[in-house]
Amino acid sequence: MNKIRTALVAGVFAATASLGFSSANAAGDAVHPPEHHWSFSGLFGTYDRAALRRGFEVYKGVCAGCHGLRLVAYRNLMDIGFTEDEVKAIAAEVDVPAEPNEDGEIEDRPGIPADKFKSPFANENAARAGNNGALPPDLSLIIKARHNGANYLNALLTGYKDAPVDKKVPDGMYYNTYFPGQLIAMAPPLSDEGVDYADKTKATVKQQAEDVVTFLTWAAQPELEERKRTGIKVILFLLLLTGLLYVVKRRIWADVH
Amino acid sequence: MAQFQKPGWLENGLVRWVDHRLPIFTFVSHELYEYPTPRNLNYWWNFGSLAGIILVIMIVTGITLAMHYTPHTAMAFDSVERIMRDVNYGWLIRYIHMNGASMFFIIVYIHMFRGLYFGSYKAPREILWMLGVVILLLMMATAFMGYVLPWGQMSFWGATVITNLFSAIPLVGDYIVTLLWGGFAVDNPTLARFFSLHYLMPFVIVGVVVMHIWALHVHGSNNPIGIDTKGEQDVIPFHPYYTVKDMFGLGVFLVFFSLFIFFAPDYLGHPDNYIEANPLSTPAHIVPEWYFLPFYAILRAVPANFIGEWSTAWMGFILIEAKLAGVLAMFGSIAVLFVLPWLDRSPVRSSRFRPMYKWFFWIFLIDCLVLGYVGAKPAEGVYIAIGRIATIWYFAHFLVIIPLLAKFEKTKDLPKSISEPVLGGGGGSASAAASKPMEKA
Repeated sequence: MNKIRTALVAGVFAATASLGFSSANAAGDAVHPPEHHWSFSGLFGTYDRAALRRGFEVYKGVCAGCHGLRLVAYRNLMDIGFTEDEVKAIAAEVDVPAEPNEDGEIEDRPGIPADKFKSPFANENAARAGNNGALPPDLSLIIKARHNGANYLNALLTGYKDAPVDKKVPDGMYYNTYFPGQLIAMAPPLSDEGVDYADKTKATVKQQAEDVVTFLTWAAQPELEERKRTGIKVILFLLLLTGLLYVVKRRIWADVH
Repeated sequence: MAQFQKPGWLENGLVRWVDHRLPIFTFVSHELYEYPTPRNLNYWWNFGSLAGIILVIMIVTGITLAMHYTPHTAMAFDSVERIMRDVNYGWLIRYIHMNGASMFFIIVYIHMFRGLYFGSYKAPREILWMLGVVILLLMMATAFMGYVLPWGQMSFWGATVITNLFSAIPLVGDYIVTLLWGGFAVDNPTLARFFSLHYLMPFVIVGVVVMHIWALHVHGSNNPIGIDTKGEQDVIPFHPYYTVKDMFGLGVFLVFFSLFIFFAPDYLGHPDNYIEANPLSTPAHIVPEWYFLPFYAILRAVPANFIGEWSTAWMGFILIEAKLAGVLAMFGSIAVLFVLPWLDRSPVRSSRFRPMYKWFFWIFLIDCLVLGYVGAKPAEGVYIAIGRIATIWYFAHFLVIIPLLAKFEKTKDLPKSISEPVLGGGGGSASAAASKPMEKA
């Protein structure tokens, strides 16, 4: 028994050591975002399909004007319930450069499902020129690229406030306590009824924020559902195997103890 | 009583034919079936074989990742994302490799602290211990270069900070940095050579691991009591006793590892590394991976000018800059481990019989955790003071406390043999007690 306790202590020690270090990474002067319960959190979390679809509508109708999603392909939408015809239609809405034609000229062609999402600006300079000098980040990995990404983005999208009187907000900047430094160049992007949901859900700011965060979490971690499903199986298998190995160990060691 | 027997398959005709020409089967028999291991090893002794297994896991996943990765500044970041999104089970392979680095360091740090607690570095195992320190250094270099490959913000800025350290070396520093970079900044040539070296160094580690195990098998494992084995009653063959015990420990470890891979794969990483490297935008805080934090704290603990003035006064003509002093302190924190077997002259190995050293061991462990904590914090305010005190304690532990303890500590009486305490000690012959199967408490 003593030995098992030692082994447990080892595990706990390793875990707490790593936890302590990791949380110590958190830095910045922004307000801590409130915790929200997400469909995809927890051991058995999965993406709420309806929220994903609405979130795509929010991305397409609101975010896509300035923010790219360059690592996601249109075909990936089929993984979250869009039909092939729907995806073809969505992809065909954009024009992308084709291969050189017989005369060597490059013409535009409609997008196909295999294309990645077309970014709104051709390059960084174009993006800055169109946004008052600020660069709207690509959103493909935004949830993983921020501490506590989903809660952070949800808080940011719903957290615009009037600045306190002693805080000077320059023209073209907005006050948001969740943004590091509190001054953000993005105007409040969401407004009530700012999108018309196809499923007739009432499009409050809160609803839109939750939906688009769910969609962007999928964009950053499309493997999440398969990962968690696999993880449950792997850990159940390992627990069984480890239990059996313990029994074998006891039997082999019986003549030594 | 445990049997030391050659395995039956050694009598097989084909085995004998091969063995006569290449005695690989005799080797296996000798190092596994006949290899005597102290019978009283506890679970802290599992971490050596675990380290070997995780090394193999890292090499296998690493080779697989290299089939899909592109070491070019314009494509590296996207190629990693392609692995995550489009390669079959790419996410799994990459998350195993990414978290495997952290697991490797957790295992090796526990393995080292076990050696410190039970005095495993003492005669006749000094070279075994020193080879272990070499492995640690190689691991650190490998992990550092591996972290650069995804070409995220922390990859780039971590590489910039760490490679710049070498510029502190007098005379040849700038030349070395240019050589590391392959140019005049961290750029495509840097990424390419880091990829090449990151692929090479694990195999160098394998080589040193072979020597580490070779040295181990000369005198065998140390044990929790820290006294030498004194005959058959103290030892059992490695196989099947420790093979099965290591397998069980491996199972427990894999559950722990899987929790990270499947449910918190990015927990030990930094979010900034999911932003592509941008030489024009410096992150708010450049933080190394958690396993480097204690050393990072030591690097930053040296006050500007302090050593400079001190050394100017003493050496006159050699001016050591604070940066160089910090680098020296950081490498010194590992160099001191090399000479540990000669700093600790106490003849008693195990802390169980060293009442004072035992306390200082735990204080030292806490000191290392404090250094790790400080390393994660910005170098300002109270963290500077804590970092300096913890750094001074780190070196004082090895250079002052351990030599003094060896002189003045009153150690407890050592048992006569391993089998005595294991079998409940005192009366009765050891072999008679050993032949009787006992219930486990």
